[in-house]
Amino acid sequence: MTTNILFAALLLAPLIGFLFNGIRYQSKNCLLAGTVASGAALLSFACSVVLVYQLAHLPVESRALTAHFFDWMTVATFKVSAAFLLDQISAIMVLVVTGVGSLIHIFSVGYMSHDERPSKYFAYLNLFLFNMLLLILGDNLLVMFVGWEGVGLCSYLLIGFWFTDREKAAAGMKAFITNRIGDAGFLVGIFLIFATFGTVTFTNLISLLPAAAEVGWTGPITLACLFLFVGATGKSAQIPLYVWLPDAMAGPTPVSALIHAATMVTAGVYMMVRLSALYVLAPNAMMVVAIVGALTALMAASIGMTQWDIKKILAYSTVSQLGYMVLGVGVGAFMPAMFHLMTHAFFKALMFLGSGSVIHAMHEEQDVRKMGGLRKYMPITHATFLIGWLAIIGMPPFAGFFSKDEILWNAWNLPGAGKLFWLVGVVGAAITAFYMTRLMALVFWGKSRVSSHVHPHEAPPSMAIPLIILGVLSLVGGWVGIPHVISAILPGHPENILGHWLEPALARLPHEIHGSALLEWSLMGISVGVAGLSAWFAFDSYIKHPDRPQKITAKIRPVYELVNDKYRVDELYFGRIINPLVDISKGLWAYIDVNFIDKATYAAADLIKSAGGGIRAIQNGNIQHYALMVALGLVLLIVFAL
Amino acid sequence: MLLTTLVFLPLFMAGVLLLVPNEKVLKPMALGFALVEFVLSLALFLRFDPGLAGLQLVERSAWIRSAGIGYFLGIDGISLWLVLLTTFLTPITILGAWSAITKKVKAFLIAMLVLETTMLGTFVAMDAILFYTFFEASLLPMYFIIGIWGGERRIYATLKFFIYTMVGSLFMLLGIIALMFYAQDQLGYMSASLVDFYKLQIPFVAGEFLSTQTLLFFAFSLAFAIKVPVFPFHTWLPDAHVEAPTPGSVILAGVMLKMGTYGLLRFSIPMFPEAASYFAWIFLLIGVVGIIYGALVAMVQPDIKKLVAYSSVSHMGYVVLGLFAFNAYGISGGLYQMLNHGISTGALFLLVGMIYERTHSREIARYGGLASAAPIFTILFMIITLSSIAVPMTNGFVGEFFILLGTFMSAKGYALFAVTGVVLGAAYMLWMVKRVFFGEKGELVKKYESHGLDVNWREILVMAPLVVLVFWMGLFPNQFLRWSKASIDHLVENRLTYELPVVGVPSNPSSYVVQRAASASKAGE
Repeated sequence: MTTNILFAALLLAPLIGFLFNGIRYQSKNCLLAGTVASGAALLSFACSVVLVYQLAHLPVESRALTAHFFDWMTVATFKVSAAFLLDQISAIMVLVVTGVGSLIHIFSVGYMSHDERPSKYFAYLNLFLFNMLLLILGDNLLVMFVGWEGVGLCSYLLIGFWFTDREKAAAGMKAFITNRIGDAGFLVGIFLIFATFGTVTFTNLISLLPAAAEVGWTGPITLACLFLFVGATGKSAQIPLYVWLPDAMAGPTPVSALIHAATMVTAGVYMMVRLSALYVLAPNAMMVVAIVGALTALMAASIGMTQWDIKKILAYSTVSQLGYMVLGVGVGAFMPAMFHLMTHAFFKALMFLGSGSVIHAMHEEQDVRKMGGLRKYMPITHATFLIGWLAIIGMPPFAGFFSKDEILWNAWNLPGAGKLFWLVGVVGAAITAFYMTRLMALVFWGKSRVSSHVHPHEAPPSMAIPLIILGVLSLVGGWVGIPHVISAILPGHPENILGHWLEPALARLPHEIHGSALLEWSLMGISVGVAGLSAWFAFDSYIKHPDRPQKITAKIRPVYELVNDKYRVDELYFGRIINPLVDISKGLWAYIDVNFIDKATYAAADLIKSAGGGIRAIQNGNIQHYALMVALGLVLLIVFAL
Repeated sequence: MLLTTLVFLPLFMAGVLLLVPNEKVLKPMALGFALVEFVLSLALFLRFDPGLAGLQLVERSAWIRSAGIGYFLGIDGISLWLVLLTTFLTPITILGAWSAITKKVKAFLIAMLVLETTMLGTFVAMDAILFYTFFEASLLPMYFIIGIWGGERRIYATLKFFIYTMVGSLFMLLGIIALMFYAQDQLGYMSASLVDFYKLQIPFVAGEFLSTQTLLFFAFSLAFAIKVPVFPFHTWLPDAHVEAPTPGSVILAGVMLKMGTYGLLRFSIPMFPEAASYFAWIFLLIGVVGIIYGALVAMVQPDIKKLVAYSSVSHMGYVVLGLFAFNAYGISGGLYQMLNHGISTGALFLLVGMIYERTHSREIARYGGLASAAPIFTILFMIITLSSIAVPMTNGFVGEFFILLGTFMSAKGYALFAVTGVVLGAAYMLWMVKRVFFGEKGELVKKYESHGLDVNWREILVMAPLVVLVFWMGLFPNQFLRWSKASIDHLVENRLTYELPVVGVPSNPSSYVVQRAASASKAGE
């Protein structure tokens, strides 16, 4: 019973916060709105800590907490309930979401203090948290889908938060519609699963899978995995649906940190990890997942090298890092994917909030060309950003190192294309190190290029404290998943806590991970070395020889411009799909509705009218005319009679 | 007597209004009457047994004895919700028309109440001739509502609306007469009772277009298809909506379109089961085409009201698709979607009417930035938009989900195409929302901002019940689905040999059976 109450409090706290701030949406009292909203988020966090604590004390065989609230939709054999499940996978997710979420709520109190409509902002933020919790904790695909669409809606509302700007409103719309394409795929995935297994509840589904595997029911399973993956490409911004995420940076920066870096965009990865037992039965689908993830990681990283907007750089970095997680899922590295999801949530939220602090200090300037040397003015932001930078480029012992290397090691061990995926991952890591160092150099180091009207200043405590906490997490966050080879040489041999925790809840691919410790050390050395060299090269290019980048880009101008234009994918979508569709629709309206159907109807009406006119000519009321007809008829009769 | 009272009370009240000389009390009186009618209709929940699949609250007496035509009313889980939708939307519409209708108020209110009688009659009539009478009679008040209180091209629009639907109904009348003769042949007595019609064995030869059942199936279905309207019979709808006054649009979209889908479910599918199965692909196809075509054409409309009208084509396409999936998911979803469409599209027309009253324009391009000038209006519009594009936790999701699930279970290919409607629906609605509400303030908003563009208390009151239902039906769909479960399960399980049992003590025991359907008693447990 107490579990039910805790679940209810966990879920309802942000909903009540939403209603509170939603009803008084015109209030300009940022402190009150922010306190209520942050309080709700913290309460959720507290409840999740208690629940996870309870969960951890359950025996491993039955490690799951459930809460059933009411039957939601029932038709024939399709039954879904508003029911929730906390297991090893959702436990990690719920802690990350409510924990990082709370920090971002608190950060927002400072960040939004000058905004016109803080209550509305915090209402949306709480609503997002509520939907994200539904997504994570739902015990079936339908409740997950409710949250899935709900977070999309909140993302739409928050990207277009400053809606009087047409561009921002358009970015929100683009996010929603692109996500809807993914959602449609998700729906088909649900239909396939229900049609195949007759259930959409995770635990039932997973218990039915072994039998399905024996019969070799791989057709529908592969299709279901692929359609669900379409959903993931939308939400987790993978090729070909990633285009909304860079535009989503139009929203307030804490929103970018929360929704478009730490939580919502990882939903696709989370969903696939949750269904790991299904995915391992569909190796072909997993191969598609791995390829898409690897390509996304590489492509987005390359775009990140050429951008000038600090948030755009981070956005492409997020797309790229999500690519790593998806690659992890694709190669069967479910635990490392979750691990990277978690560490990425720490360091990317940190860097987005850091960029928010910078933008705030720079009076809404986002162009890195107009920054430089901010280290002096913003020591805390710089120090924490530095940790984020080391974490994302994979320097030991920062968080990103452990999780990224875990993915790469698993990729290497995948039979077949594994080595290729590893190579793509390492190249991606090198590019990541380059663009992140470039960002650090342009923003914090070197000479100041700040305009004389702008006087950068350090963030207020409500913004600085979340930065510091996330900075600490970005350092130590990786220590919960130290791989065996490293822990073997460490004093006390710390165990891989995360690995042990997740193991019982995850499925595994049939192949064994075997490789000597020497091989693992070498691969680790290569990826760290490559990233280090690349970072050094970027540092050297942007600090020591500032004219070098221009010289290089001048030499490869066409390639540079293609990358700088984001491979012109948006232009392609608009030129080849959206605009033609609008033209076709106009054509349908003009030619089919107005000119064809209506004209045909009029023609039919005219035909009837003229036919009526012909018959009317016979009965014109003229007696002589009738007499003539009678006479003619008589003549005809006589003629026929003869 | 509950059904008779429900059907004819509005007509009686219209008669009372006729005698009221004071213009000022007319609207409050009509609103009061409509509310009384709504409260009375809630009594159905007390009297209706959701565990039974049969026809309930039956009233029957002879009308034209020689031809077997009777005054035969009854209600089952399918018509129950449509009756409630009608009694629910009528008072809202009257309150919504408070300031929109200023001339000939009395005539308008009388037309509304007469219309309510004909709509309710259509849903509870269980005699085909009686059904036909109500079905056709409903055209008249609507004809006047559009023709008198409509826009500039109202005469053109009303004629188009009237003639289109009349043409369809004529085929249905022929069909009814044919069935009456079939009854005489097979049952030994002439009858226009639907309960008797279901018993008939109508010859069907697969692949032969001139087989009797096929002809009859199409005679009925054409009438209903025009009413729904499905592609390609939909072109009367945008014209009628654009010219209709707000209350006309609300009732037309909210209730009258459902007469078409109700007819498909009541007549075409169970009476001609072989033909319906054989030609299901046609309806699945026009359902899918309607969803996509309606959405695409809606997307490029320059006029908000026309956009909403085309969105109806798309939404009703879903309903047709669900019904012809022939399984409990599709039909439950279809029925749910009928209610959703009544609520969300009715609400959209009300909202469009509210803003039109203030700016006298519905041209999307002239708006922009309305969200800053009319925040409450914007919130209401957004909520209804979410319902319309079927975001989970709103009513729209439940209907759309079950329709797509049902279609997927019986005809995967169609479902895969229909699912694109999920994307296109979001596209046309949100693109419109973006152009009307977001961005810099547009010409109209600047011009009328000082007059106050936001909704007033009356309008909030109009919208409140609709908003409540959007979430209620989205969060607790089982509270609604359970009332129609028995009837739908009965139809799905016995579709090829469908008979509608009659529940209760009949006034003429010889002509019907008293029985509890096996499926119904199962459901009741």
